[in-house]
Amino acid sequence: MRVIVDLEKCCGAGQCVLLAPKVFDQRDDGIVILLDEHPPEALHKAVREAACVCPGAAIKLEDPA
Amino acid sequence: MSTESSEQVLDYPLRAPAPLEPPEEWARLRQGCPVAHVRLPSGDQAVLLTRYADVRQVLADPRFTRQLGQEGAAKLSEDGGSVFETEDAASLTEGHERWRRLLHKSFTAKRVSAMQPRIEAMADALIDDMVRQGAPADLVSSLAFPLPVWVICELLGIPDIDRDKLAFWSNAMLNMTQFTREQMQQAQMEFAEYMTAHIAAKRAAPGEDLLSELVAAVDDGHPLTERELMMIGQGILVAGHETTSNTIAKMMAMLLSERSRWEQLVADPSLVRTAVEEALRFDANAGFGLPRFITEEIEVSGQKLPGGTTVVCNMAAANRDEQAYERADTMDLTRSPNPHLTFGVGPHSCVGQALARTELQTTLNVLLRRLPTLALAVPTEELARREGLLIGGLERVPVRW
Repeated sequence: MRVIVDLEKCCGAGQCVLLAPKVFDQRDDGIVILLDEHPPEALHKAVREAACVCPGAAIKLEDPA
Repeated sequence: MSTESSEQVLDYPLRAPAPLEPPEEWARLRQGCPVAHVRLPSGDQAVLLTRYADVRQVLADPRFTRQLGQEGAAKLSEDGGSVFETEDAASLTEGHERWRRLLHKSFTAKRVSAMQPRIEAMADALIDDMVRQGAPADLVSSLAFPLPVWVICELLGIPDIDRDKLAFWSNAMLNMTQFTREQMQQAQMEFAEYMTAHIAAKRAAPGEDLLSELVAAVDDGHPLTERELMMIGQGILVAGHETTSNTIAKMMAMLLSERSRWEQLVADPSLVRTAVEEALRFDANAGFGLPRFITEEIEVSGQKLPGGTTVVCNMAAANRDEQAYERADTMDLTRSPNPHLTFGVGPHSCVGQALARTELQTTLNVLLRRLPTLALAVPTEELARREGLLIGGLERVPVRW
């Protein structure tokens, strides 16, 4: 799995940080920081959920399985 | 607004058959009339969207503006005094990027998580009082109404003794039907006076709170003006109080109205997170929805909407769209993922959503821990809906334990 974040689309809701804090963090202004572009398999479910519920549709996954 | 359609114009907001049930029209509109003509309380007409894909598209598209004060935009309420239509709403929109950026500092997931123990202590204190007074109790006045005000007061560094005043003003500033325009303006004025004095006090003696931080903040080389600070305070109160209060009340009513839901959570409190998301999705009494205004022709659901159209996005109806959700009409506490539209989407989605989630999850966790035998003290049909502008609620949720 490869995680791609779009800083332009990010609206700083923080859902991804709450769901997968080892993969996502936020800057002071709320915008996403990608901590792990290739998260381990154990985190894939949480990352898929984060991508799905992101209100800005700012998280894209390559090889999501 | 075009009236060439021969289709019937529905009165909006739509009526629901029971306190926790959705209006019967939702399913029919999603199915056969995704772009429906409605008449607002003001008498003006607008277009109503109820499909998940349409609501998502419109809320994420900046051409659908929030400029409801513009020439040609529909008035929402009879006297046009709602929070969507004031000058302040327009100036908030202009300065939106700037104050949103500043607000985000207080609402990042990490900072909100750090507030969680304080929120838990507040919920425990309120439940202590409720238990002391004995059953039956009203969950709204005992817990759902005060808790978010307490949290906001903490955030703004407002002393505990002023919590009740803040709660009253916030209620009056938002209410479309229960207060007159004069009362609304009176509340706005008193709140502005209070905040001006409070901001001055924070300038003189800064504390650990958000307001002190904003007073000291310099954004793009400029400190915030008194007016901007005031608007931020008002924005937080208006956006964070009634919405969260009503959602706590409705979430609890939904969970207690079917015993199996509450028992499922008592048996497995690890479901609290997904249960909160599902309560947010399943809420059939979410209120008006989000109004938008377009100045150019834009197509939605295959229909061309002319410039000058006011569009109302009904997120609650969209959240029950069978095209977006399996068993959309079933409340499933394990549902995941759950990309509901309750907080909006795109650049204007709710800036306080992490805080709202934390308040909802914490309240639910504390109630499960403290009062596992909690039950509604009246039949579900007797719960009375409360009309708000931003979001609907329940007048009372009588409970025993």
